[in-house]
Amino acid sequence: MESQDLGKNPVVQKLRDWDPQAVAEVIEFRGETTVVVPAQHVLRVAEYLASDPALRFSFLSDLTVVDRFPIEPRFELNYHLLSLDRKERLRLRVRLTGKEAAVASVTPVWPTANWHERETFDLFGVRFHGHPDLTRILLPDEWEGHPLRKDYPVEGFR
Amino acid sequence: MTTIETPAGPAEPMVLNMGPQHPSTHGVLRVILELDGEIVLKAKPVIGYLHTGIEKSCESKTYSQCITLTDRIDYLAPLSNNLGFCLAAEKLIGIEVPKRAQYIRVLLTELTRITSHLVWLGTHAIDLGAMSVFLYSFREREEIMKIYEYVSGQRMMTSYFRIGGLALEPPPGWLDKVRRVLDAMPGHIDEYETLLTENRIWKARTVGVGMLSAETAIAMGCSGPLLRASGVPYDIRKVFPYSSYDEFDFEVKTSTGADCYARYQVRVAEMRESLKIIRQAMDKIPAEGPFRAELPGVIPPSREEMKTSIEGLIYHFKIFTEGFAPPQGEVYQAIESPRGELGVFMASDGSTKPYRVKFRTPSFVNLQSLPNLCEGRLLADVVACIGTTDIVLGEVDR
Repeated sequence: MESQDLGKNPVVQKLRDWDPQAVAEVIEFRGETTVVVPAQHVLRVAEYLASDPALRFSFLSDLTVVDRFPIEPRFELNYHLLSLDRKERLRLRVRLTGKEAAVASVTPVWPTANWHERETFDLFGVRFHGHPDLTRILLPDEWEGHPLRKDYPVEGFR
Repeated sequence: MTTIETPAGPAEPMVLNMGPQHPSTHGVLRVILELDGEIVLKAKPVIGYLHTGIEKSCESKTYSQCITLTDRIDYLAPLSNNLGFCLAAEKLIGIEVPKRAQYIRVLLTELTRITSHLVWLGTHAIDLGAMSVFLYSFREREEIMKIYEYVSGQRMMTSYFRIGGLALEPPPGWLDKVRRVLDAMPGHIDEYETLLTENRIWKARTVGVGMLSAETAIAMGCSGPLLRASGVPYDIRKVFPYSSYDEFDFEVKTSTGADCYARYQVRVAEMRESLKIIRQAMDKIPAEGPFRAELPGVIPPSREEMKTSIEGLIYHFKIFTEGFAPPQGEVYQAIESPRGELGVFMASDGSTKPYRVKFRTPSFVNLQSLPNLCEGRLLADVVACIGTTDIVLGEVDR
């Protein structure tokens, strides 16, 4: 289902024109566009997508992780963006390795990311640089481990 | 901790703990408040008291088994959650649901919107002291829950939607029951408005309370009535229509008040719009037709087919023991639940169990803006602000 699309989507084209290094891969599946962004460019791409007057992705719907353990890079971070007035959605994907599961926080661009990033840290252990308060949100503060990782059992002893 | 200047010298604010057991937090919500007398300097919601690991449980169940878990996420609008999950799975597999099932889904989801708003209205009013509204709104809710029981066998956790359509054929005469509720509801909504809309005490407690500008609402990811009462006409049923909502004629209600009173008006108006949609759905539903799509290997065959043909038996056995395997890929399906944007992000690795299901719940995101709503205001306004965000803790924590 993955295809090396040549950027038929105008948003992707604009992103490529702005900085070809920001777009590592484009995936089209079931009418949804996913842009894979290298981890070091996430904050710049976020600022560009939110502030560019032709794109205006001002709404962050969701921020979550898929753990592909034992395949590396292990963590796939997905940002679901929405442009309210252009009525368009876009997904950004960032691939992080298990050893370096950290990326810049996008709270300066979308303040709603605050709790989403805390939940991702709580359940997966992915860290966000520059987050104002990166503490556990759903689990007690003393909890050890990150339950939604694939190497954490659903039940039983660990 | 900020210091406050008092005539007697600098002082520390008082830290007050609200919850997790508190009648006005609508569930197990804890709010840590820093007060300067009656004025709230800081409000910090602490959540997680109802976290049950639904997303992790979904990874060890087949797609159909997950549907019963989804009811419990937003337990006041269970059919909404079912719909979100089923639509995401149908998008992933690529199933076209028959029109009859789509219209029935719309009808039941709009009834769910009404029941959810009735609970919101009753509990919000009783928090602020208007106790009669609670009794009346729950009386109406009973009638609708009787319809759910007639149709699906369950009053609340119906799990009536399945991947491809509905679980069962709706029983005969159910539309008459719906019609009776439909005829009585507008009068009841007028009753609630008589009690509250021009009530001086209600207005004193809600007008100007919990102001949320459109920029803040968008920046904080708020959706649903919170966003619409600040003037942003974003309703997923109109913007990204699903389940044939584009065939229905209804308005998106907004307000420019951006306070608790505006949100009250928007939700009451939404109840009336839902009645309009239900009436149209009742006319659209064909009397006969399939209630579920057909896709051998994915959607179970009918009981008769299972009992009389060998293929039916084999498919039935395979689907209920092993499950079905959708193609590899990820989808994000959002619906307009009574609280806002309910998003289901589903990732499949080609096996019979979902690899990852994330529920982007509106209450989790809307609760984040509680400090924006109530900081700088009086302690009593915190209760009004929590009520106006219409949170359900099952959704916040999952």
